[in-house]
Amino acid sequence: MPNHWRTWALDYGLYVVFALLLLILSQMSPYFFTVSNLLNIGSQVAMIAVVAIGMTMVILMGEIDLSVGSVAALAGAITAGLIHALPSEWPMGLWLAFSITTGMLIGIVAGLVNGLFVVWGGIPSFIVTLGALSIGRGLVLLYTGGRPIFGFGDAFGKISWGHLGPVPLPIVIMLSLYLLAWLFLCKTQLGRYIYAIGANKEAVELAGVNYRRIKIGIFALAGAFSGLAGIMLTARLDSAQPTAAVGWELDVIAAVVLGGASLYGGRGTVAKTLVGAFILQLISNGLNLLEVQAYWQQIAKGSIILAALLVERILRGRR
Amino acid sequence: MKTSDQIPSAPLAEIRGISKRFGGVVALDQVNLTIRPGEVIGLVGDNGAGKSTLIKILSGAYLPDQGEILFEGQSVQIRNPRSSKDLGIETVYQDLALVDTLDVPGNIFLGREIVKFGFGPLRVLDKSQMAREAENILQRLGISLESLQAEVGLLSGGQRQSVAISRAILTEPKLIILDEPTAALAVMEVGHVLELVHNLREHNIGLVFISHVLQEVFEVADRIVVLRKGRKVADLVKEEASIDLVVNYMVGKIEEKKTHA
Ligand SMILES: Nc1ncnc2c1ncn2[C@@H]1O[C@H](COP(=O)(O)OP(=O)(O)O)[C@@H](O)[C@H]1O
Ligand SMILES: [Mg+2]
Repeated sequence: MPNHWRTWALDYGLYVVFALLLLILSQMSPYFFTVSNLLNIGSQVAMIAVVAIGMTMVILMGEIDLSVGSVAALAGAITAGLIHALPSEWPMGLWLAFSITTGMLIGIVAGLVNGLFVVWGGIPSFIVTLGALSIGRGLVLLYTGGRPIFGFGDAFGKISWGHLGPVPLPIVIMLSLYLLAWLFLCKTQLGRYIYAIGANKEAVELAGVNYRRIKIGIFALAGAFSGLAGIMLTARLDSAQPTAAVGWELDVIAAVVLGGASLYGGRGTVAKTLVGAFILQLISNGLNLLEVQAYWQQIAKGSIILAALLVERILRGRR
Repeated sequence: MKTSDQIPSAPLAEIRGISKRFGGVVALDQVNLTIRPGEVIGLVGDNGAGKSTLIKILSGAYLPDQGEILFEGQSVQIRNPRSSKDLGIETVYQDLALVDTLDVPGNIFLGREIVKFGFGPLRVLDKSQMAREAENILQRLGISLESLQAEVGLLSGGQRQSVAISRAILTEPKLIILDEPTAALAVMEVGHVLELVHNLREHNIGLVFISHVLQEVFEVADRIVVLRKGRKVADLVKEEASIDLVVNYMVGKIEEKKTHA
Protein backbone atom coordinates (compact mmCIF):
# COMPACT_ATOMS: atom_id res chain seq x y z
CA MET A 1 0.00 0.00 0.00
CA PRO A 2 1.51 3.39 -0.93
CA ASN A 3 2.64 5.46 2.00
CA HIS A 4 0.30 8.38 1.56
CA TRP A 5 -2.68 6.02 1.62
CA ARG A 6 -1.54 4.72 4.95
CA THR A 7 -1.13 8.20 6.33
CA TRP A 8 -4.54 9.11 4.99
CA ALA A 9 -6.13 6.01 6.51
CA LEU A 10 -4.48 6.71 9.86
CA ASP A 11 -5.60 10.33 9.82
CA TYR A 12 -9.13 9.98 8.46
CA GLY A 13 -10.09 6.28 8.58
CA LEU A 14 -11.88 6.85 11.86
CA TYR A 15 -14.18 9.48 10.39
CA VAL A 16 -14.99 7.20 7.45
CA VAL A 17 -16.01 4.43 9.85
CA PHE A 18 -18.09 6.93 11.82
CA ALA A 19 -19.86 8.15 8.66
CA LEU A 20 -20.47 4.58 7.49
CA LEU A 21 -22.02 3.68 10.85
CA LEU A 22 -24.33 6.70 10.67
CA LEU A 23 -25.34 5.65 7.16
CA ILE A 24 -25.98 2.03 8.12
CA LEU A 25 -27.97 2.94 11.23
CA SER A 26 -30.13 5.42 9.37
CA GLN A 27 -30.95 2.67 6.86
CA MET A 28 -31.80 0.27 9.67
CA SER A 29 -34.25 2.56 11.43
CA PRO A 30 -36.20 5.58 10.17
CA TYR A 31 -36.22 6.78 13.76
CA PHE A 32 -32.40 6.97 13.97
CA PHE A 33 -31.84 10.35 12.36
CA THR A 34 -34.31 12.23 14.52
CA VAL A 35 -33.08 15.04 16.73
CA SER A 36 -34.38 13.40 19.88
CA ASN A 37 -32.64 10.11 19.16
CA LEU A 38 -29.33 11.82 18.39
CA LEU A 39 -29.54 13.89 21.58
CA ASN A 40 -30.34 10.71 23.45
CA ILE A 41 -27.25 8.98 22.04
CA GLY A 42 -25.22 12.02 23.05
CA SER A 43 -26.50 11.84 26.62
CA GLN A 44 -25.77 8.12 26.82
CA VAL A 45 -22.21 8.50 25.63
CA ALA A 46 -21.43 11.55 27.79
CA MET A 47 -20.21 9.75 30.92
CA ILE A 48 -17.87 7.36 29.12
CA ALA A 49 -16.71 10.26 26.96
CA VAL A 50 -15.92 12.43 30.00
CA VAL A 51 -13.84 9.68 31.59
CA ALA A 52 -12.14 9.14 28.24
CA ILE A 53 -10.70 12.69 28.35
CA GLY A 54 -8.61 11.84 31.40
CA MET A 55 -7.81 8.41 29.99
CA THR A 56 -6.54 9.99 26.77
CA MET A 57 -4.12 12.17 28.73
CA VAL A 58 -2.98 9.23 30.84
CA ILE A 59 -2.44 7.08 27.75
CA LEU A 60 -0.64 9.95 25.98
CA MET A 61 1.89 9.82 28.82
CA GLY A 62 2.37 6.11 28.16
CA GLU A 63 0.41 5.06 31.27
CA ILE A 64 -3.00 3.49 31.88
CA ASP A 65 -5.78 3.88 34.45
CA LEU A 66 -7.86 0.77 35.13
CA SER A 67 -9.47 2.22 38.25
CA VAL A 68 -11.84 4.67 36.50
CA GLY A 69 -15.02 2.61 37.09
CA SER A 70 -14.35 2.05 40.77
CA VAL A 71 -13.36 5.66 41.31
CA ALA A 72 -16.52 6.83 39.53
CA ALA A 73 -18.66 4.52 41.67
CA LEU A 74 -16.97 5.67 44.87
CA ALA A 75 -17.42 9.35 44.02
CA GLY A 76 -21.06 8.70 43.06
CA ALA A 77 -21.79 6.74 46.23
CA ILE A 78 -20.22 9.27 48.57
CA THR A 79 -22.03 12.13 46.87
CA ALA A 80 -25.27 10.14 47.22
CA GLY A 81 -24.66 9.40 50.89
CA LEU A 82 -23.91 13.04 51.60
CA ILE A 83 -27.05 14.27 49.85
CA HIS A 84 -29.12 11.99 52.06
CA ALA A 85 -27.39 13.32 55.14
CA LEU A 86 -28.59 16.90 54.49
CA PRO A 87 -28.34 18.72 57.82
CA SER A 88 -31.49 20.69 58.62
CA GLU A 89 -29.71 24.03 59.02
CA TRP A 90 -28.12 23.94 55.49
CA PRO A 91 -29.93 25.27 52.45
CA MET A 92 -30.50 22.49 49.94
CA GLY A 93 -28.62 24.09 47.03
CA LEU A 94 -25.49 24.76 49.05
CA TRP A 95 -25.48 21.25 50.47
CA LEU A 96 -25.81 19.78 46.97
CA ALA A 97 -22.85 21.83 45.82
CA PHE A 98 -20.88 20.63 48.85
CA SER A 99 -21.79 16.99 48.20
CA ILE A 100 -20.82 17.18 44.54
CA THR A 101 -17.55 18.96 45.32
CA THR A 102 -16.69 16.30 47.88
CA GLY A 103 -17.44 13.56 45.34
CA MET A 104 -15.10 15.22 42.85
CA LEU A 105 -12.42 15.59 45.53
CA ILE A 106 -12.68 11.85 46.22
CA GLY A 107 -11.91 11.30 42.54
CA ILE A 108 -8.96 13.70 42.66
CA VAL A 109 -7.52 12.07 45.79
CA ALA A 110 -7.86 8.61 44.24
CA GLY A 111 -6.06 9.83 41.12
CA LEU A 112 -3.38 11.49 43.23
CA VAL A 113 -2.73 8.24 45.10
CA ASN A 114 -2.50 6.38 41.77
CA GLY A 115 -0.05 8.95 40.48
CA LEU A 116 2.12 8.89 43.61
CA PHE A 117 2.40 5.12 43.52
CA VAL A 118 3.28 5.16 39.83
CA VAL A 119 5.80 8.00 40.00
CA TRP A 120 7.40 7.76 43.44
CA GLY A 121 6.68 4.09 44.02
CA GLY A 122 8.03 3.20 40.60
CA ILE A 123 5.25 0.64 40.12
CA PRO A 124 3.77 0.22 36.62
CA SER A 125 0.46 2.04 36.32
CA PHE A 126 -1.17 -1.14 35.07
CA ILE A 127 -0.60 -2.76 38.47
CA VAL A 128 -1.20 0.32 40.62
CA THR A 129 -4.56 1.06 39.04
CA LEU A 130 -5.55 -2.60 38.99
CA GLY A 131 -5.08 -2.52 42.75
CA ALA A 132 -7.03 0.73 42.93
CA LEU A 133 -9.82 -0.85 40.89
CA SER A 134 -10.19 -3.54 43.52
CA ILE A 135 -9.75 -1.29 46.56
CA GLY A 136 -12.15 1.32 45.14
CA ARG A 137 -14.86 -1.23 44.52
CA GLY A 138 -14.35 -2.67 47.99
CA LEU A 139 -14.78 0.81 49.49
CA VAL A 140 -18.00 1.31 47.50
CA LEU A 141 -19.40 -1.97 48.82
CA LEU A 142 -18.36 -1.07 52.36
CA TYR A 143 -19.84 2.42 52.15
CA THR A 144 -23.15 1.32 50.63
CA GLY A 145 -23.35 -1.91 52.60
CA GLY A 146 -23.98 -3.56 49.23
CA ARG A 147 -27.34 -1.76 48.89
CA PRO A 148 -28.16 1.06 46.47
CA ILE A 149 -28.60 4.60 47.78
CA PHE A 150 -31.45 6.26 45.88
CA GLY A 151 -33.92 9.11 45.64
CA PHE A 152 -32.26 12.56 45.56
CA GLY A 153 -34.94 14.87 44.21
CA ASP A 154 -35.14 16.91 41.03
CA ALA A 155 -32.42 19.46 41.71
CA PHE A 156 -29.65 16.85 41.71
CA GLY A 157 -31.21 14.95 38.80
CA LYS A 158 -30.82 18.08 36.65
CA ILE A 159 -27.12 17.25 36.18
CA SER A 160 -28.17 14.43 33.89
CA TRP A 161 -31.75 15.33 32.91
CA GLY A 162 -31.62 19.11 32.70
CA HIS A 163 -31.28 21.10 29.49
CA LEU A 164 -29.50 24.19 28.28
CA GLY A 165 -31.92 25.43 25.65
CA PRO A 166 -32.73 22.30 23.68
CA VAL A 167 -29.48 20.53 24.54
CA PRO A 168 -29.32 18.01 27.41
CA LEU A 169 -26.86 19.07 30.12
CA PRO A 170 -24.69 15.93 29.86
CA ILE A 171 -23.96 16.88 26.26
CA VAL A 172 -23.18 20.46 27.29
CA ILE A 173 -20.83 19.21 30.01
CA MET A 174 -19.16 16.74 27.67
CA LEU A 175 -18.64 19.17 24.81
CA SER A 176 -17.34 21.99 26.98
CA LEU A 177 -14.87 19.67 28.68
CA TYR A 178 -13.71 18.38 25.30
CA LEU A 179 -13.21 21.91 24.08
CA LEU A 180 -11.15 22.78 27.17
CA ALA A 181 -9.12 19.57 26.93
CA TRP A 182 -8.43 20.22 23.28
CA LEU A 183 -7.20 23.74 24.04
CA PHE A 184 -5.12 22.40 26.91
CA LEU A 185 -3.42 19.66 24.90
CA CYS A 186 -2.85 21.59 21.68
CA LYS A 187 -2.17 25.10 22.85
CA THR A 188 -0.41 24.96 26.20
CA GLN A 189 3.07 24.11 27.35
CA LEU A 190 1.79 21.50 29.82
CA GLY A 191 -0.24 19.86 27.06
CA ARG A 192 2.86 19.60 24.93
CA TYR A 193 4.79 18.07 27.83
CA ILE A 194 2.10 15.40 28.18
CA TYR A 195 2.83 14.27 24.63
CA ALA A 196 6.57 14.55 25.09
CA ILE A 197 6.55 12.56 28.34
CA GLY A 198 4.87 9.69 26.55
CA ALA A 199 7.25 9.80 23.62
CA ASN A 200 10.53 10.21 25.53
CA LYS A 201 10.43 11.08 29.20
CA GLU A 202 14.23 11.04 29.52
CA ALA A 203 14.45 13.80 26.92
CA VAL A 204 11.88 15.81 28.86
CA GLU A 205 13.84 15.38 32.05
CA LEU A 206 17.15 16.32 30.40
CA ALA A 207 15.39 19.44 29.10
CA GLY A 208 15.00 20.42 32.74
CA VAL A 209 11.28 19.72 33.07
CA ASN A 210 9.98 18.05 36.24
CA TYR A 211 7.96 15.37 34.46
CA ARG A 212 7.13 13.51 37.68
CA ARG A 213 5.00 16.35 38.99
CA ILE A 214 3.16 16.57 35.69
CA LYS A 215 2.46 12.85 35.68
CA ILE A 216 1.02 12.91 39.19
CA GLY A 217 -1.08 15.94 38.29
CA ILE A 218 -2.56 14.25 35.24
CA PHE A 219 -3.47 11.14 37.21
CA ALA A 220 -5.27 13.42 39.65
CA LEU A 221 -7.03 15.21 36.80
CA ALA A 222 -8.12 11.85 35.38
CA GLY A 223 -9.52 11.04 38.83
CA ALA A 224 -11.54 14.26 38.72
CA PHE A 225 -13.08 13.24 35.38
CA SER A 226 -13.97 9.80 36.77
CA GLY A 227 -15.50 11.41 39.84
CA LEU A 228 -17.59 13.79 37.74
CA ALA A 229 -18.80 10.95 35.51
CA GLY A 230 -19.72 8.89 38.59
CA ILE A 231 -21.81 11.80 39.89
CA MET A 232 -23.47 12.18 36.48
CA LEU A 233 -24.32 8.46 36.55
CA THR A 234 -25.81 8.71 40.03
CA ALA A 235 -27.95 11.63 38.90
CA ARG A 236 -28.98 9.83 35.73
CA LEU A 237 -30.13 6.70 37.58
CA ASP A 238 -31.33 8.65 40.63
CA SER A 239 -29.42 6.01 42.54
CA ALA A 240 -25.86 5.01 43.49
CA GLN A 241 -25.55 1.30 42.83
CA PRO A 242 -22.82 -0.76 44.51
CA THR A 243 -22.06 -2.18 41.05
CA ALA A 244 -22.24 1.18 39.26
CA ALA A 245 -19.74 1.72 36.46
CA VAL A 246 -18.39 -1.82 36.59
CA GLY A 247 -16.41 -2.40 33.40
CA TRP A 248 -16.13 1.26 32.45
CA GLU A 249 -12.40 0.89 32.04
CA LEU A 250 -13.00 -1.35 29.03
CA ASP A 251 -15.40 1.05 27.30
CA VAL A 252 -13.20 4.03 28.02
CA ILE A 253 -9.96 2.44 26.91
CA ALA A 254 -11.78 1.13 23.84
CA ALA A 255 -12.90 4.67 22.97
CA VAL A 256 -9.36 6.02 23.33
CA VAL A 257 -7.77 3.21 21.38
CA LEU A 258 -10.41 3.35 18.63
CA GLY A 259 -9.60 7.03 18.46
CA GLY A 260 -6.09 6.03 17.46
CA ALA A 261 -4.10 6.96 20.56
CA SER A 262 -1.00 4.82 20.89
CA LEU A 263 -0.77 2.71 24.04
CA TYR A 264 2.98 3.38 23.92
CA GLY A 265 2.30 7.07 24.51
CA GLY A 266 2.94 10.28 22.61
CA ARG A 267 0.21 9.96 19.98
CA GLY A 268 -3.51 10.68 20.05
CA THR A 269 -6.05 13.50 20.25
CA VAL A 270 -9.14 14.08 22.37
CA ALA A 271 -11.20 14.89 19.27
CA LYS A 272 -10.61 11.41 17.94
CA THR A 273 -11.27 9.88 21.33
CA LEU A 274 -14.70 11.55 21.26
CA VAL A 275 -15.37 10.06 17.82
CA GLY A 276 -14.18 6.69 19.17
CA ALA A 277 -16.64 6.92 22.07
CA PHE A 278 -19.48 7.73 19.66
CA ILE A 279 -18.55 4.85 17.37
CA LEU A 280 -18.79 2.43 20.29
CA GLN A 281 -22.15 3.83 21.30
CA LEU A 282 -23.44 3.64 17.72
CA ILE A 283 -22.32 0.04 17.40
CA SER A 284 -24.12 -0.83 20.59
CA ASN A 285 -27.26 1.00 19.37
CA GLY A 286 -27.07 -0.85 16.08
CA LEU A 287 -26.75 -4.20 17.79
CA ASN A 288 -29.76 -3.31 19.92
CA LEU A 289 -31.75 -2.43 16.80
CA LEU A 290 -30.77 -5.81 15.38
CA GLU A 291 -31.87 -7.33 18.68
CA VAL A 292 -28.50 -8.96 19.23
CA GLN A 293 -28.25 -10.61 22.63
CA ALA A 294 -26.23 -8.74 25.28
CA TYR A 295 -23.71 -11.61 25.56
CA TRP A 296 -22.93 -11.32 21.87
CA GLN A 297 -22.59 -7.56 22.27
CA GLN A 298 -19.80 -8.11 24.79
CA ILE A 299 -18.01 -10.35 22.33
CA ALA A 300 -18.52 -7.91 19.50
CA LYS A 301 -17.10 -5.02 21.54
CA GLY A 302 -13.96 -6.89 22.50
CA SER A 303 -13.43 -8.03 18.92
CA ILE A 304 -13.79 -4.50 17.61
CA ILE A 305 -11.07 -3.23 19.94
CA LEU A 306 -8.69 -5.98 18.91
CA ALA A 307 -9.45 -5.45 15.23
CA ALA A 308 -8.91 -1.69 15.55
CA LEU A 309 -5.53 -2.22 17.20
CA LEU A 310 -4.52 -4.73 14.54
CA VAL A 311 -5.49 -2.43 11.68
CA GLU A 312 -3.60 0.45 13.24
CA ARG A 313 -0.54 -1.69 13.77
CA ILE A 314 -0.59 -2.81 10.13
CA LEU A 315 -1.05 0.75 8.90
CA ARG A 316 1.78 2.09 11.04
CA GLY A 317 4.16 -0.63 9.92
CA ARG A 318 6.80 -1.54 12.47
CA ARG A 319 6.28 1.41 14.78
CA MET B 1 44.74 25.51 9.17
CA LYS B 2 44.39 27.95 11.99
CA THR B 3 46.95 28.20 14.68
CA SER B 4 45.66 28.76 18.17
CA ASP B 5 48.65 30.70 19.52
CA GLN B 6 46.53 33.58 20.69
CA ILE B 7 46.70 35.09 24.16
CA PRO B 8 45.45 32.34 26.48
CA SER B 9 42.11 33.53 27.81
CA ALA B 10 40.83 32.84 31.32
CA PRO B 11 39.54 29.30 31.66
CA LEU B 12 35.83 28.77 31.21
CA ALA B 13 35.64 25.55 33.17
CA GLU B 14 38.17 23.70 35.28
CA ILE B 15 37.64 20.14 36.36
CA ARG B 16 39.86 19.23 39.29
CA GLY B 17 40.49 15.72 40.57
CA ILE B 18 37.11 14.32 39.57
CA SER B 19 36.48 10.65 40.41
CA LYS B 20 33.39 8.54 39.84
CA ARG B 21 32.74 4.89 40.67
CA PHE B 22 29.83 2.67 39.68
CA GLY B 23 29.87 -0.16 42.19
CA GLY B 24 33.29 -1.73 41.67
CA VAL B 25 33.96 0.02 38.36
CA VAL B 26 36.15 3.11 38.51
CA ALA B 27 34.69 5.12 35.64
CA LEU B 28 36.79 8.23 36.36
CA ASP B 29 39.96 8.46 38.42
CA GLN B 30 41.28 11.89 39.50
CA VAL B 31 40.63 13.61 36.18
CA ASN B 32 41.72 17.22 35.59
CA LEU B 33 40.64 19.22 32.57
CA THR B 34 40.66 22.89 31.65
CA ILE B 35 38.34 24.28 28.98
CA ARG B 36 38.84 27.74 27.50
CA PRO B 37 36.34 29.83 25.55
CA GLY B 38 36.67 29.50 21.78
CA GLU B 39 38.52 26.25 22.15
CA VAL B 40 37.48 22.84 20.81
CA ILE B 41 38.61 19.94 22.92
CA GLY B 42 38.61 16.52 21.31
CA LEU B 43 37.92 13.97 24.02
CA VAL B 44 38.97 10.51 22.94
CA GLY B 45 39.42 7.08 24.45
CA ASP B 46 38.45 3.48 23.95
CA ASN B 47 34.95 2.20 24.71
CA GLY B 48 34.39 2.37 28.44
CA ALA B 49 37.24 4.86 28.99
CA GLY B 50 34.92 7.23 30.86
CA LYS B 51 34.16 9.88 28.23
CA SER B 52 30.38 9.78 28.64
CA THR B 53 30.68 9.69 32.41
CA LEU B 54 32.88 12.80 32.41
CA ILE B 55 30.49 14.83 30.31
CA LYS B 56 27.47 13.57 32.23
CA ILE B 57 29.03 15.04 35.34
CA LEU B 58 29.28 18.39 33.56
CA SER B 59 25.70 18.14 32.34
CA GLY B 60 24.28 17.24 35.73
CA ALA B 61 23.23 13.68 34.95
CA TYR B 62 25.74 12.22 37.48
CA LEU B 63 27.24 13.63 40.66
CA PRO B 64 30.99 13.09 41.08
CA ASP B 65 32.21 11.12 44.11
CA GLN B 66 35.21 13.41 44.51
CA GLY B 67 36.70 16.53 43.04
CA GLU B 68 35.76 20.08 42.23
CA ILE B 69 34.38 21.96 39.27
CA LEU B 70 35.13 25.63 38.69
CA PHE B 71 33.03 27.54 36.20
CA GLU B 72 34.26 31.00 35.24
CA GLY B 73 36.47 30.91 38.28
CA GLN B 74 33.69 30.02 40.73
CA SER B 75 33.42 26.67 42.48
CA VAL B 76 30.07 25.19 41.43
CA GLN B 77 27.88 22.20 42.27
CA ILE B 78 26.11 20.73 39.27
CA ARG B 79 23.29 18.78 40.86
CA ASN B 80 20.92 18.25 37.96
CA PRO B 81 20.43 19.06 34.26
CA ARG B 82 18.74 22.32 35.20
CA SER B 83 21.70 23.67 37.17
CA SER B 84 24.05 22.74 34.35
CA LYS B 85 21.90 24.66 31.87
CA ASP B 86 21.68 27.59 34.27
CA LEU B 87 25.47 27.85 34.22
CA GLY B 88 25.42 27.97 30.43
CA ILE B 89 26.36 24.39 29.62
CA GLU B 90 24.45 22.59 26.88
CA THR B 91 24.89 18.94 26.04
CA VAL B 92 24.05 17.05 22.88
CA TYR B 93 23.70 13.48 24.04
CA GLN B 94 24.89 10.45 22.12
CA ASP B 95 21.33 9.15 22.02
CA LEU B 96 20.21 12.69 21.08
CA ALA B 97 17.39 13.04 23.61
CA LEU B 98 14.91 14.23 21.01
CA VAL B 99 11.17 13.70 21.19
CA ASP B 100 10.35 11.82 17.98
CA THR B 101 6.68 12.78 17.87
CA LEU B 102 7.28 16.53 18.15
CA ASP B 103 8.19 18.72 15.19
CA VAL B 104 11.48 20.59 14.74
CA PRO B 105 10.64 23.79 16.66
CA GLY B 106 8.99 21.65 19.35
CA ASN B 107 12.28 19.89 19.92
CA ILE B 108 14.50 22.94 19.65
CA PHE B 109 12.39 24.72 22.28
CA LEU B 110 11.66 21.72 24.51
CA GLY B 111 11.77 22.87 28.13
CA ARG B 112 11.95 26.60 27.27
CA GLU B 113 8.96 27.16 25.06
CA ILE B 114 8.03 30.70 24.11
CA VAL B 115 4.63 31.52 25.59
CA LYS B 116 2.13 34.21 24.67
CA PHE B 117 0.50 34.50 28.08
CA GLY B 118 -0.39 32.29 30.98
CA PHE B 119 -2.76 31.67 33.85
CA GLY B 120 -0.78 29.99 36.62
CA PRO B 121 0.55 26.71 35.28
CA LEU B 122 -1.39 27.08 32.03
CA ARG B 123 0.87 28.81 29.54
CA VAL B 124 -0.24 29.29 25.98
CA LEU B 125 2.44 28.43 23.43
CA ASP B 126 3.54 30.93 20.81
CA LYS B 127 4.01 28.41 18.03
CA SER B 128 4.56 30.85 15.19
CA GLN B 129 7.25 32.72 17.12
CA MET B 130 9.02 29.45 17.91
CA ALA B 131 8.81 28.41 14.25
CA ARG B 132 10.35 31.73 13.16
CA GLU B 133 13.17 31.54 15.68
CA ALA B 134 13.85 27.91 14.88
CA GLU B 135 14.19 28.87 11.25
CA ASN B 136 16.65 31.63 12.17
CA ILE B 137 18.84 29.32 14.19
CA LEU B 138 18.86 26.66 11.48
CA GLN B 139 19.76 29.31 8.95
CA ARG B 140 22.54 30.67 11.13
CA LEU B 141 24.02 27.19 11.31
CA GLY B 142 23.59 26.71 7.58
CA ILE B 143 21.15 23.85 8.03
CA SER B 144 18.35 23.37 5.52
CA LEU B 145 15.40 21.14 6.28
CA GLU B 146 12.52 20.60 3.88
CA SER B 147 9.83 21.12 6.46
CA LEU B 148 9.92 22.29 10.05
CA GLN B 149 6.54 20.68 10.66
CA ALA B 150 7.93 17.19 10.11
CA GLU B 151 8.01 14.90 13.11
CA VAL B 152 11.62 14.64 14.13
CA GLY B 153 11.31 10.84 14.16
CA LEU B 154 10.97 10.91 10.39
CA LEU B 155 14.23 12.84 9.76
CA SER B 156 17.59 11.31 8.81
CA GLY B 157 20.34 10.84 11.39
CA GLY B 158 22.17 13.94 10.19
CA GLN B 159 19.07 16.09 10.23
CA ARG B 160 18.26 14.90 13.75
CA GLN B 161 21.80 15.75 14.79
CA SER B 162 21.34 19.24 13.33
CA VAL B 163 18.15 19.67 15.33
CA ALA B 164 19.92 18.53 18.49
CA ILE B 165 22.76 21.00 17.91
CA SER B 166 20.35 23.85 17.14
CA ARG B 167 18.64 23.02 20.39
CA ALA B 168 21.96 23.32 22.19
CA ILE B 169 22.86 26.75 20.83
CA LEU B 170 19.41 28.24 21.36
CA THR B 171 20.28 29.79 24.71
CA GLU B 172 23.69 31.01 23.51
CA PRO B 173 25.52 28.81 26.01
CA LYS B 174 29.14 29.23 27.07
CA LEU B 175 30.03 25.57 26.78
CA ILE B 176 28.66 22.94 24.42
CA ILE B 177 29.35 19.27 24.81
CA LEU B 178 28.85 16.94 21.86
CA ASP B 179 28.90 13.24 22.72
CA GLU B 180 29.73 11.22 19.58
CA PRO B 181 27.76 13.54 17.29
CA THR B 182 28.82 11.62 14.21
CA ALA B 183 28.46 8.05 15.47
CA ALA B 184 25.11 7.28 13.89
CA LEU B 185 25.57 9.22 10.67
CA ALA B 186 25.95 8.31 7.03
CA VAL B 187 29.40 9.24 5.67
CA MET B 188 27.96 12.12 3.67
CA GLU B 189 26.35 13.65 6.73
CA VAL B 190 29.50 13.55 8.85
CA GLY B 191 31.14 16.34 6.87
CA HIS B 192 28.19 18.56 7.47
CA VAL B 193 28.20 18.05 11.23
CA LEU B 194 31.95 18.76 11.38
CA GLU B 195 31.28 21.97 9.49
CA LEU B 196 28.65 22.82 12.10
CA VAL B 197 31.21 22.34 14.85
CA HIS B 198 33.57 24.68 12.98
CA ASN B 199 30.84 27.30 12.76
CA LEU B 200 30.11 27.00 16.47
CA ARG B 201 33.68 27.76 17.37
CA GLU B 202 33.42 31.17 15.72
CA HIS B 203 30.94 32.11 18.44
CA ASN B 204 33.72 32.04 21.06
CA ILE B 205 32.18 29.27 23.11
CA GLY B 206 33.95 26.32 24.64
CA LEU B 207 33.35 23.00 22.94
CA VAL B 208 33.98 19.44 23.99
CA PHE B 209 33.78 17.04 21.06
CA ILE B 210 33.75 13.32 21.71
CA SER B 211 34.43 10.86 18.94
CA HIS B 212 36.32 7.67 18.44
CA VAL B 213 37.09 8.53 14.84
CA LEU B 214 40.46 10.23 15.21
CA GLN B 215 40.43 11.77 11.73
CA GLU B 216 37.34 13.73 12.73
CA VAL B 217 38.88 14.80 16.00
CA PHE B 218 42.00 16.08 14.27
CA GLU B 219 39.84 17.95 11.82
CA VAL B 220 37.96 20.02 14.42
CA ALA B 221 39.84 19.99 17.73
CA ASP B 222 42.43 22.45 19.04
CA ARG B 223 43.42 20.17 21.89
CA ILE B 224 43.17 16.43 22.25
CA VAL B 225 42.55 14.81 25.61
CA VAL B 226 42.93 11.04 25.94
CA LEU B 227 41.15 9.02 28.60
CA ARG B 228 42.11 5.45 29.33
CA LYS B 229 40.36 3.32 31.94
CA GLY B 230 39.05 6.40 33.70
CA ARG B 231 42.40 8.26 33.83
CA LYS B 232 43.54 11.16 31.74
CA VAL B 233 46.67 9.87 30.03
CA ALA B 234 47.34 12.72 27.60
CA ASP B 235 46.41 16.34 26.97
CA LEU B 236 47.99 17.50 23.72
CA VAL B 237 47.87 20.59 21.53
CA LYS B 238 46.83 19.31 18.12
CA GLU B 239 49.98 20.60 16.42
CA GLU B 240 52.19 18.45 18.65
CA ALA B 241 50.01 15.35 18.29
CA SER B 242 49.59 12.78 15.58
CA ILE B 243 47.06 10.03 15.08
CA ASP B 244 49.71 7.41 15.85
CA LEU B 245 50.70 9.10 19.07
CA VAL B 246 47.07 9.40 20.23
CA VAL B 247 46.39 5.76 19.37
CA ASN B 248 49.39 4.73 21.43
CA TYR B 249 48.00 6.61 24.42
CA MET B 250 44.55 5.16 23.88
CA VAL B 251 45.68 1.55 23.84
CA GLY B 252 48.22 2.03 26.62
CA LYS B 253 51.44 1.66 24.62
CA ILE B 254 52.58 4.92 26.16
CA GLU B 255 51.74 4.93 29.85
CA GLU B 256 53.32 8.05 31.30
CA LYS B 257 51.13 11.05 31.67
CA LYS B 258 52.01 13.96 29.51
CA THR B 259 50.15 17.09 30.41
CA HIS B 260 49.96 20.31 28.60
CA ALA B 261 49.41 23.34 30.77
N1 LIG C 1 25.23 4.20 34.92
C1 LIG C 1 26.26 3.33 35.00
N2 LIG C 1 26.18 2.27 35.84
C2 LIG C 1 27.21 1.40 35.94
N3 LIG C 1 28.35 1.51 35.25
C3 LIG C 1 28.49 2.53 34.40
C4 LIG C 1 27.45 3.49 34.22
N4 LIG C 1 27.85 4.42 33.31
C5 LIG C 1 29.09 4.03 32.93
N5 LIG C 1 29.48 2.91 33.58
C6 LIG C 1 30.77 2.25 33.45
O1 LIG C 1 31.77 3.21 33.56
C7 LIG C 1 32.79 3.00 32.60
C8 LIG C 1 32.93 4.21 31.72
O2 LIG C 1 31.79 4.30 30.85
P1 LIG C 1 31.53 5.48 29.84
O3 LIG C 1 31.75 6.76 30.54
O4 LIG C 1 30.20 5.26 29.24
O5 LIG C 1 32.66 5.24 28.74
P2 LIG C 1 32.77 5.80 27.26
O6 LIG C 1 31.73 6.83 27.04
O7 LIG C 1 34.17 6.34 27.20
O8 LIG C 1 32.61 4.63 26.34
C9 LIG C 1 32.42 1.74 31.86
O9 LIG C 1 33.09 0.65 32.47
C10 LIG C 1 30.93 1.64 32.06
O10 LIG C 1 30.54 0.29 32.04
MG1 LIG D 1 30.00 6.89 25.50
